[in-house]
Amino acid sequence: MLGTGLLQGLGVTAKNFVGSFHDPARLTTIEYPEVKTKLPEAYRNFPFLVAENATDPMGTLRCVACQICEKECPPQCIYIEKSKDKKPDATGKPQLFPAIFAIDTSVCMSCQICVEVCPFDAIKMDQVYEIATTDRFSALLLNREQLAKSNAYYHGIHPTEAAEVDARLAAERKAAEEKAAAAAAAKAAAAAAKAAAPAAPKPPAAPSAEAPKPPPTS
Amino acid sequence: METPEQIRDRLLARFPGAEITVVPNPGTAAQHSLLLGAAHARALAEFLRDDATLRLDQCSNVTGIDWPEKEIVETTKVATPDPANPAGPPKVVEQKTKRLQPGCLEVVYHLYSISLRHGPVILRLRTGNRTDQAAVPSLTPVWRSCEFQEREIFDLFGVTFDGHPDLRRILMWDEFTDHPMRRDYVEPDDYEWEPTPHGTVLEKAKAHYPAPPPAAGAPAQGATP
Amino acid sequence: MSVSDLSAPPAGSPGSRVREVHDSFHGDLLEVSMGPHHPSTHGVFRMIVTLDGETIVKLKPVFGYLHRNHEKLGENVTYLGSMPYTDRLDYLSSMTNNWAYALAVEKLAGQAVPERAEYVRVILAELTRLLNHTCLAGFLMQDCGCSGTPLMYAFREREYILDLFESLSGSRMMCNYQRFGGCRVDPSADWLAGAQKLTDRYGVFLDEFETLLTGNEIIMARTQGVGKLPPALAIGAGVTGPMLRASGVNYDLRKVDAYGVYPRFDFRVPLGDHGDVYDRYMIRVLEMRESIKILQQALAGLPGGPIMDPKAKLRSFRPKAGEAYGRIEGPKGEIGFYLLSDGSPNPYRYRIRPPSFINLTILEDMCLGHTVADAVIILGSVDIVLGEVDR
Repeated sequence: MLGTGLLQGLGVTAKNFVGSFHDPARLTTIEYPEVKTKLPEAYRNFPFLVAENATDPMGTLRCVACQICEKECPPQCIYIEKSKDKKPDATGKPQLFPAIFAIDTSVCMSCQICVEVCPFDAIKMDQVYEIATTDRFSALLLNREQLAKSNAYYHGIHPTEAAEVDARLAAERKAAEEKAAAAAAAKAAAAAAKAAAPAAPKPPAAPSAEAPKPPPTS
Repeated sequence: METPEQIRDRLLARFPGAEITVVPNPGTAAQHSLLLGAAHARALAEFLRDDATLRLDQCSNVTGIDWPEKEIVETTKVATPDPANPAGPPKVVEQKTKRLQPGCLEVVYHLYSISLRHGPVILRLRTGNRTDQAAVPSLTPVWRSCEFQEREIFDLFGVTFDGHPDLRRILMWDEFTDHPMRRDYVEPDDYEWEPTPHGTVLEKAKAHYPAPPPAAGAPAQGATP
Repeated sequence: MSVSDLSAPPAGSPGSRVREVHDSFHGDLLEVSMGPHHPSTHGVFRMIVTLDGETIVKLKPVFGYLHRNHEKLGENVTYLGSMPYTDRLDYLSSMTNNWAYALAVEKLAGQAVPERAEYVRVILAELTRLLNHTCLAGFLMQDCGCSGTPLMYAFREREYILDLFESLSGSRMMCNYQRFGGCRVDPSADWLAGAQKLTDRYGVFLDEFETLLTGNEIIMARTQGVGKLPPALAIGAGVTGPMLRASGVNYDLRKVDAYGVYPRFDFRVPLGDHGDVYDRYMIRVLEMRESIKILQQALAGLPGGPIMDPKAKLRSFRPKAGEAYGRIEGPKGEIGFYLLSDGSPNPYRYRIRPPSFINLTILEDMCLGHTVADAVIILGSVDIVLGEVDR
């Protein structure tokens, strides 16, 4: 009969209309600024730099200014200048650090390639999305002070990934320490064979990571 | 499906005067192609479309490639008798010869058969050079799907397709003069710019636009750190 | 077909009759510029339409408003660097764009892909197909004038799929998920359970959607017999994907090329009879039902193992000199990538075969003889995304 299809369709809209009053599962929207959805752990927005220590972020950046991310970044939004001097990193090895590290977030396309190519786990993806600004230029160009966030913050936003990274870094650090200790022991043994020698020097202790805490944005 | 060599032999038997060369693909994909001379290209294409064993009824993809002039330095080892010691072993001298490989523009067609479900057969056409002889015959009369794609190649590479029904710019605007996909294309410096961490864009833009007079009370516009 | 055939519409089509009538009548023609800022053109697409009364006698599409020379960008970044750019081609189906590009590079470099990654790729490609076809049905109904309701239902379901993509890849639409030799992250058991739940539920939504639309008399009157595309013309014009199959040509790359692990799944290829707008809508609904079947099989048979080939290189990836053309069946048609390598880290030539751009070749032929209102739904049934058309 002509019109049956129309009536059936109207039945569907009526069911959807009335259904959302009775069944909360049918309500698919939320009142955004007051209510926020929980972001999935994998969610990514713009990059940030991981610092070991929240109290001294500039002194404990993991970044060693190797410039791999700058080269690999598809839209070329990263700018790095290496430092002139070196300072010890987490394992105590003297490393360069970025004197300038800037990311132009008006160019960045949040592709995560910098994170994937970084061999030092120094750059990770942030989850802050309320970043509207009235200044198109300098406010979107983030410098290293704005980019640096603590490892604890990283644990707060990507807990699973951060735990993996910490475990890996700890294993690397331990291997480096053992290697250094073994090398020192061998050196000491060689020296002891010649004459009475002082004990092997101990490698400097790594700064301990802080306890994870929730991100300040949620 | 027949190999490119078999197709070439069959085409040569049918069109005795045609120039057909098999271009091998050294990569792992091993998709070899047939380079056709311009004179017979359309007749050959029509044959490939209508031939009962090939029936290449779909031209899937048309690509332009720019090959600029390239200076090739070849190193050859020449054995010459040692003048100091004629009896001894000949002296091996490396000779470097330079030759200029002429540039051209190339158009690549990927053909498939929908009715017989095979492919690809790859055709290549080359222009004489990159300036005054940049024309190849259009295959749009054979495969309608080339229409927009050949227009795109005309627009971005500057290849003229003889016999194309509607050869106009397609992606760039009509007043545009250059061909942006050519390797030696220099991008203009007058596009809308924003300061980036990399100085190149900024320098270019500064050279193009004179510095604006500082407005009273307005904050100084931050350039790059 | 000769050159003169092209300037005139094919003999026997409604358009040829109109042009004859016009020639004898010598009335004034009206030229209307539809777009680029018009909601029915699905983006910044423009059509210069010549009208005789309300009948279209000529239609010339104008492109390039979103042109950013994507292919040149691809020549200036590494092979890996092009991957996030492919998301931005057809931004409704970034997962299949990623796959097509990864497939072409894997062909070029002879890179193997682990079995688990192949299954995950199939799952994501079929989810993308569901997402794309649902959106298309919604947009097409919006073009018909069903203001809001079908589109909002479609977007509601689309959001569930995008939630899955976001929790896997980190981004709803710009996934950047596939890599040469596998996928970036391994889907967790939770994610797979979510995908299974969505697959089980999707059939119910499709039933509801079809009750709303398929039998609707107004939609039938509006779409049946409009924009007919004969199969011979479709093949010659390089039309691919659901458009081609709606005209009755049995050509699906998942069956023809048998890439990935598609030969292991049992599914059918739906075909249309008339090649009109209604057939193109129905084909998409039927394809979604087949996609659900593939998803069920792929989720049930997902093997363990690594997600990335251990020999795959992320950085300093240099395929040896050569060329490759790889193509897959995207939701809009055959999406292909042609890559030419000279052994350097960047491709020498990076070409995209954009399905929705080439499907527009016969837009004029389909629209001739119809009214402007019909041209809107014919364009809607082609399923274009301007990010891919203009590149």
